[in-house]
Amino acid sequence: MANKTPLYEEHVADGGKLVDFAGWDMPINYGSQMEEHRQVRTDAGMFDVSHMTVVDLTGDRTREFLRYLLANNVDRLKDSGKALYSCMLNESGGVIDDLIVYFLQEDFFRMVVNAGTHDKDIAWLEKQATAFDVAVTERPELAMIAVQGPHARDKTLPLLSDSARAAASELKPFFGAFDGDWFIARTGYTGEDGFEIVLPATEAETFWQKLRSAGVKPTGLGARDTLRLEAGMNLYGSDMDESTSPLEAALGWTVAWEPSERDFIGRAALEQQRQAGTTQKLVGLLLEGKGVLRNHQKVIAAGAGEGEITSGSFSPTLQRAIAFARVPKATGDTCQVDIRGKLLTARVVKPPFVRNGAAQIEL
Amino acid sequence: MSNIPVELKYAKSHEWARINDDGSVTVGISDTAQDQLGDMVFIEVPEVGQTLTAEEACAVVESVKAASDVYAPLGGEVVEVNEGLADSPETVNNDAYGEGWIFRLEPAAVGELEALMDADAYEAFLASEDH
Repeated sequence: MANKTPLYEEHVADGGKLVDFAGWDMPINYGSQMEEHRQVRTDAGMFDVSHMTVVDLTGDRTREFLRYLLANNVDRLKDSGKALYSCMLNESGGVIDDLIVYFLQEDFFRMVVNAGTHDKDIAWLEKQATAFDVAVTERPELAMIAVQGPHARDKTLPLLSDSARAAASELKPFFGAFDGDWFIARTGYTGEDGFEIVLPATEAETFWQKLRSAGVKPTGLGARDTLRLEAGMNLYGSDMDESTSPLEAALGWTVAWEPSERDFIGRAALEQQRQAGTTQKLVGLLLEGKGVLRNHQKVIAAGAGEGEITSGSFSPTLQRAIAFARVPKATGDTCQVDIRGKLLTARVVKPPFVRNGAAQIEL
Repeated sequence: MSNIPVELKYAKSHEWARINDDGSVTVGISDTAQDQLGDMVFIEVPEVGQTLTAEEACAVVESVKAASDVYAPLGGEVVEVNEGLADSPETVNNDAYGEGWIFRLEPAAVGELEALMDADAYEAFLASEDH
């Protein structure tokens, strides 16, 4: 039996096409993925992301634990509520998962990890936390709704309780705040402004209905994928996994090398890789002509070798095919992509493709 | 309720075929197929003059979600392709049985049409696929 989020009945009522996603029945779209994508870029859309895993980490040594656990440095988190994006690595520098961690108090951090990696993440966290006496507590009784788009905040704020609204309206980007059982963060996975709201599962349906009445359209996982791809954000399992290091996944910026004395899991392997030099890199591709780039298509870089598309799709905003591809380090400004036996030219570009509704690359 | 015009023939791979007055056969994908695939973003049509055999993969419809092959419901020579789809692939979503046609062929053997399903049979087939 597939897991169902607290919003399952709402998805059915909204005409959502449900598919299995990491063992969860989730809506891929509610009719038109393109329309849902546009909705988020121009107005506001909402996503049920309750399948994601919320984990609370508590104990006096939580910061010390995270300093060792994560490739990014939690010491960058000085103000309460501040969020940090990081990879969690294994000893060989491979990515176990990517995640967001919020600093709340010295003895309380909240982490949100992927649904598809739930079991191994929890096992890893528990294993590593023991030495630091940090308690790892999953919060399955909570739901999570992401409201994203240029009008997401305006449409969400009036629906919140007075105290929650007061806290949420003050949030700077990449900060979160508690209001009772509710946790509201100004974060997301679309390249647009908005909130990610963690709330009791029992209140999720009512809040979803209020958002819908306020004109926030339900948006499926299909649009979530094209939005994040346009925004230049990696997807775990497609763009990186345990066989790739952050340095080969365009995530070098999330590795905090300084201070050099900070030991973190995977550091030695990453140092070695940095010293030796990586042979591959993750780049953005823009298809020059018509067609669609898809995951696993072969990429041929003249004189450099071959690579592969890790995430490919049609960009509804740019009306062109875009992708991330893992290619040889020496790949130049263009490459060829094998689409059903035909070699089509693609330009190598630096993501993001789209931010805050606007194209970031020249077509 | 599915939109399944009675005057057309259908293949199990969800193409429809219309016999024109001049004996040629126009081919597209069914309304159910376009609905399953979602928003079309690219259609690769066959080449005029290309000879197809029945059930040969001869076109590709790509939605934002996935690429899907289109199979020739019967053999023959391609005599016309829908050039308009290059700029407006969404026509397949909006008018699957009309402006969203994909190609027209001159059938090699009209008898092959008999192997296809009529509207009732296709509807029953869709119901069986659902369960």
